Amino acid sequence: MLLGAAAVLLLVLPFVTDAALGHGWVRILDFALLYVLLALGLNIVVGYAGLLDLGYVAFFAVGAYCYALLASPHFDLHWPLWALLPAGALLAASFGVLLGTPTLGLRGDYLAIVTLGFGEIIRIFLNNLNTPVNITNGPQGVSLIDPLRIGPWSLGQVHHLGGLEIPIVVNIYFLFLVGVLLAIVLSRRLEHSRIGRAWAAIREDEVAAASMGLHTRNLKLLAFAMGASFGGLSGGLFAGFQGFVSPESFTLQESVMILCMVVLGGMGNIAGVVLGAVLLSVLPEALRAAGGLQQDLLGRVWVDPSNLRLLLFGLALVLMMLLRPEGLLPARARQRELHG
Amino acid sequence: MDTFLQQLINGITLGSIYALVALGYTMVYGILELINFAHGEVLMVGALVALTVIQGLTGWGWPAPLAVLVAVLAAMVVCMTLGLAIERVAYRPLRRAPKLAPLITAIGLSIVLQQVAALIWGRGYLSFPAVLPPVSVVWGGVIITAIQGAIIVLAALIMAGLLVLVQKTALGRAMRATAQNPAVAQLMGVNTDRIIAWTFVIGSGLAAVAGVMVAAYYGVGNYTMGFMLGLKAFTAAVLGGIGNLAGAMLGGLLLGVVEALGAGYIGDLTGDFFGSNYKDVFAFMVLIGVLVFHPNGLLGSRAREKV
Amino acid sequence: MVRGQASFLLEAAGIGKRFGGLRALNGVSLALQPDTITGLIGPNGAGKTTFFNVLTGIYRPDEGTLLFEGQPLPMGQPHEVAARGIARTFQNIRLFANMSVLENVMVGRHVRTRAGVLGALFQTGATRHEEDTILTRARELLDYVGIGTQGERIANTLSYGDQRRLEIARALATDPRLLALDEPAAGMNAAERARLGDLIRRIRTDGTAVLLIEHDVKWVMQLCDRISVLDYGECIAEGTPQAVQNDPKVIEAYLGVGAT
Repeated sequence: MLLGAAAVLLLVLPFVTDAALGHGWVRILDFALLYVLLALGLNIVVGYAGLLDLGYVAFFAVGAYCYALLASPHFDLHWPLWALLPAGALLAASFGVLLGTPTLGLRGDYLAIVTLGFGEIIRIFLNNLNTPVNITNGPQGVSLIDPLRIGPWSLGQVHHLGGLEIPIVVNIYFLFLVGVLLAIVLSRRLEHSRIGRAWAAIREDEVAAASMGLHTRNLKLLAFAMGASFGGLSGGLFAGFQGFVSPESFTLQESVMILCMVVLGGMGNIAGVVLGAVLLSVLPEALRAAGGLQQDLLGRVWVDPSNLRLLLFGLALVLMMLLRPEGLLPARARQRELHG
Repeated sequence: MDTFLQQLINGITLGSIYALVALGYTMVYGILELINFAHGEVLMVGALVALTVIQGLTGWGWPAPLAVLVAVLAAMVVCMTLGLAIERVAYRPLRRAPKLAPLITAIGLSIVLQQVAALIWGRGYLSFPAVLPPVSVVWGGVIITAIQGAIIVLAALIMAGLLVLVQKTALGRAMRATAQNPAVAQLMGVNTDRIIAWTFVIGSGLAAVAGVMVAAYYGVGNYTMGFMLGLKAFTAAVLGGIGNLAGAMLGGLLLGVVEALGAGYIGDLTGDFFGSNYKDVFAFMVLIGVLVFHPNGLLGSRAREKV
Repeated sequence: MVRGQASFLLEAAGIGKRFGGLRALNGVSLALQPDTITGLIGPNGAGKTTFFNVLTGIYRPDEGTLLFEGQPLPMGQPHEVAARGIARTFQNIRLFANMSVLENVMVGRHVRTRAGVLGALFQTGATRHEEDTILTRARELLDYVGIGTQGERIANTLSYGDQRRLEIARALATDPRLLALDEPAAGMNAAERARLGDLIRRIRTDGTAVLLIEHDVKWVMQLCDRISVLDYGECIAEGTPQAVQNDPKVIEAYLGVGAT
């Protein structure tokens, strides 16, 4: 019953939003769904396996550039979607393995710093790999990327279903929604599997886990690669949606924001992570409105909204860890862990 | 050959700064086994405070050397207070929490510090007043500027002072005991909370000085300047063997030299495929390399997991 | 060639382990027979737990060899040791504290099962079937150690004695040929010790050899078929409880006769 109501709500939401608030707000919904996907991916790494990845956006970038380069006039390649998305996921996972192999056998915090570094390095490469051979087109980025297309259906154009007009942003909404629902089902299955149990055990006590026969390094690597492939997949969707990618989209701030979503919502709990992602992707829009409010009330913008946004994210991370480390909607085991 | 020597000097200058910052990471890590992600931001705050003070004082007609001295002291005071506050507010309450918690607060704090700095000093690049006369010594075709000389000498003095502090004083003894085994140190009457606080204070003081040096060396300061520098200094600490003071110094110097030489020669080595804009990548490559081949670092001893 | 000297389950030869300047193990050589309960005793600091950690791959020894069922045992690789058939418990109980009792034991089945990520993602028939067998076996094991009614509880809410039992169940879930128990009776009263003794005997009867560290000499002498005595990182005596009890070297180690 409740499920039915939720399904109807999700179905009509984009149309209602579009009618009431316009395309812009449906776009915000699209991005919210994309962030949910990213947060669910990072949740496998941070929430399930207890590994801190501070450069998650790097995998997002790898997926996005993979799509951009294989489906744009830049190299004049135009791969189909069914090949593009797996390619991005696979490439991102390979980067994850490359990065995780040397670090995951060591103390957990090395991974944090290495991923932090990787997140920056990947941007340096994207920015500079335009000379002498132009691979990434440097700071200008890659544009005119092929829109997402499922068989004969391009999601990059308006469709008509009976008398109903379906704008592009609504097409995208439904594609991303399917992606998110799929990711939720897969996350749940992983969590309650032999592998998910092994991750939880490693998070609880690595030495005891190893003594029970768990190959801890490989299992952590698996979690890391799984998370990376989620990131790569989302990156592909992002590129196809935007039609344009540039290094500027993949900053440390994005990584921090995704981490913030996972932490705020509740590490390890799917509902919490979804809530966190939706809240934090819609909140900045509210803050943007706050910028206008400052203008109206105080005559000038005292605090730059984007600045304020990051400041609040940073504060949220600190305060959540100090006051409510299990997040808004905690996972059962996490709550005990953090208050035990 | 001249390029080589010149890059070597540049590398040693940069390396001295890395070493000062690396000491902060390594001291905290040695005792708490925590990467203090906010350390780079402390350095940034130090640099920007000094910058503001120098501008203010020289504006009032103070002589430059005096203004610099006051600025460095002010930066140290601010940073030490900041370090103390960070430890107290963000890390101490989480000392018994799972490992992930302090790592997350650390990254959160680092973002907060950056954004607060952006609010105070703006997002642009602030130019650091030229406080030392632009004189230089030319020696065998190699140019050593006054600022380079000052950085190298000052860093060496500070590091020597730190070694004396750690090896010869009661505080240093207590720090070493706490690093060895906090529980036992506490039983022996060491106030470990106080020692940990001191560790943050000293590390932050070093970061303040390093911050002023970087800003003076490059002539600019910015609210993001601590990030990459922190990452590199951490790499230096890992390279030398994290938790080991001499290792941090050695690692810092080595990393500075590798980076300078790398930036100088990467074009030649790769047939101009990679240019010096990749210099920030070197530190990262070194970090990965060390973790793969020698995770305990050059001078570190193998850490034992307590069962 | 026939597997040589199959009469021994485990043979340790010249195991040495140093921590800095401290020689924790100084060439330990000992042999365990199959289907026996062996007690590892010795004064505090004799190296018993260190030997356990070397045996189970948590420490890599500086020297020496370990043969298990006639084959060399991988050193410093705990997961491989478990796969070969040696499972352990810990002196200071190390359960997966925030997971359920049942889940703890299910983790123990990991090494004997195969389902991977793809199986989990697509919920293949094989994976679901395997998951059922894991659950069934875990329940059996909880019954076996006598905490069958506690399966849904969170591990660290169990009583101390039950936590020890759960640790044994988790170890048994790996289908070990040798079960290594580090002070399993610590903190138990006489009645609990007696019941634990019964459980350990039953484990042996069901085909798993047991090696255990214990301080209560009287209890060990009653329970064990064989005793090995460690002192200053060396194995100074091996044999039946009677023989060991009368060994002058053992008496000296424990009473310190002639130590002054």
